[in-house]
Amino acid sequence: MLRFVLRRCALVLPSLLGLLVVTFLLIHAVPSDPAVAMAGDAATPEQIAQLRLQYGLDRPIWEQFAVYVGKVARFDFGESAFSHRPVALDIVQRLPATLELTFASLLLSVLIGVPLGVAAGLKHNTWPDHLLRIFSVLGVAIAAFWFAIMLQLLFAMNLGWLPLRGELSATLSKPPVVTGFLLLDSIVTGRWDAFADGLRHLLLPAVTLALGGLATIVRFTRSGVLDTLQNDFVFYERAVGYRWPRLVWIYVLRNSLTATVTQIGLLFGGLIAGGVVVEAIFDWPGIGSYTVQAILTGDRQVMLAVTLLVGAVYAAVNILVDVAHGLLDPRLMERA
Amino acid sequence: MIPLLKVDSLKVSIRTDDGTARVLDDVGLTLERGRILGVVGESGCGKSTLIRAIMGILPKGASVDAGHVWFEGENLLVFSEAELNGRIRSSRIGFIPQDPLLALNPVFKVGTQLLEAMRWHAPDDGTRGRERRRRHVERLVGLLRRMQVPDPETALERYPHQFSGGQRQRLLIAASLACAPTLVIADEPTTALDVTTQHQILLLLRELVGEFGLSLLFVTHDFGVVAELCDDLCVIYAGQTVEAGPVQAVLQAPAHPYTRALLACHPDRAASFVGIPGRVPSPLARPAGCQFAARCGEAEPRCREASPPQARARSGADVRCVQYA
Repeated sequence: MLRFVLRRCALVLPSLLGLLVVTFLLIHAVPSDPAVAMAGDAATPEQIAQLRLQYGLDRPIWEQFAVYVGKVARFDFGESAFSHRPVALDIVQRLPATLELTFASLLLSVLIGVPLGVAAGLKHNTWPDHLLRIFSVLGVAIAAFWFAIMLQLLFAMNLGWLPLRGELSATLSKPPVVTGFLLLDSIVTGRWDAFADGLRHLLLPAVTLALGGLATIVRFTRSGVLDTLQNDFVFYERAVGYRWPRLVWIYVLRNSLTATVTQIGLLFGGLIAGGVVVEAIFDWPGIGSYTVQAILTGDRQVMLAVTLLVGAVYAAVNILVDVAHGLLDPRLMERA
Repeated sequence: MIPLLKVDSLKVSIRTDDGTARVLDDVGLTLERGRILGVVGESGCGKSTLIRAIMGILPKGASVDAGHVWFEGENLLVFSEAELNGRIRSSRIGFIPQDPLLALNPVFKVGTQLLEAMRWHAPDDGTRGRERRRRHVERLVGLLRRMQVPDPETALERYPHQFSGGQRQRLLIAASLACAPTLVIADEPTTALDVTTQHQILLLLRELVGEFGLSLLFVTHDFGVVAELCDDLCVIYAGQTVEAGPVQAVLQAPAHPYTRALLACHPDRAASFVGIPGRVPSPLARPAGCQFAARCGEAEPRCREASPPQARARSGADVRCVQYA
């Protein structure tokens, strides 16, 4: 098991390097001069030339790349051209908010999606199944930004039940930083007021982000359950008198989850990427809004670092998915 | 004394997109206590549906149109799902499936699976919780040892794919006996095994019937297996019982032309291999009269007019053929 994980980790490095090459080239293909962007509107041509020299922007691209990779290897992602703070520091501060949002929406999609998927599989081709199918198509098809605004209009503006944006009310002080995760920190430090307020703020963005994943999980769980029900062992288990709820929720479900788990892994990466839009709409202080800001201002170091981060998260989640497969199905572990 | 299991003119049909398929059309069989009854028929003759009907697990769209399944004097067909689970499955009727690899859940330990059934259906000995489970493990290990499964103590901790085919079938035979049933239904349990293993399993089953006071309903398409194992025999063709009687009598003097044709097909008995011409009629379009008439070398015009009556052959077997009417 450990050897398997280590081998997978070693394979991740070349993929990340490849990702870096592609991103680097893409960013350089954009017809904007980073030195001009950095210097601001009032800069003189001399100042711009000075900046170009300072950041090595006059060097050939392969040399710039080599220098960058060398820095990244020492976890130095350069400095944001606008905050003038190390990018790594910005990311460490903002990552917890994004992870909190991502995990919350993942939890929502799994906790609601898997039971609904099982129900759809069991009620195969009856009205609950058709209803869930319509719901799933809608869930995938609805644009997150539209859905987010509808939720804001209904629950924040009209009903006033939930806050419109942000992760904590301005009237509340932030709990002391322990882990960096707002909800976790509130629990650890006993700040239940901040915890409740944070949860209320989390709900709308989490629901928005969860929608697409929820629909996907329903579909994949449904087809997994349908496949599993065809198996001889389901007949055997009925014939020897397994209780129906346990048969479905333990013995059938574990066999049905393989495709769902793969899908959850894919979704996780998608959630981090999709979070960009949702974070921007809900003014969520995470990586997503940081990225939007970087794109709008042409902040190259931030764009590179964020891309690399998302790539690394994707790779890590994929390894976790493989581990989960091994835990769900012992036969896979032996082959690996 | 009433027989342990008596299936009485059972008719089962399945609604399909192409119409209603009469899968079982008057099947009857009788299994006396302590005996082994072999049910023989070609693929598609309704053997699996018969088993499913007895166990109350018919496929979607299937319904029982007529008949009874008498088990220890009670008609199982009127039992609800909850009653079957509570009073019949495992506790009184054990089941041995056809392919032990497919019948075991691949992602759970063998012990987990066998103990799940025992948890609900093993006889109540007054123990509860951990103690009850411990006794179940003990009983299972004892049974596995009796079935000559190697390392019975650790077997429960392993997964189905870590056993050989023969061992898996021994596991499931042990499982079928775990809750001390009086009847065991075996669905072609040796089909997926090689010939030597098959022989060992048959010997084992023969011993177990005496040892555990069982009656065995053994479904197969193989006359060789029936001759080796069974006391009684019931031949099914196109959803109907065509001949039933003691094995010796039927094998020595097969009365129904279909039984004779089947025996002639058996590679051990036939000098040269001859098949039965034609095919089993589709359950969607059953012909009038005798179902076998179209393939029967001895068919007369009257065979195609009316269903042949049940009759008694000289061998003592019940036979559905005009020749004996």
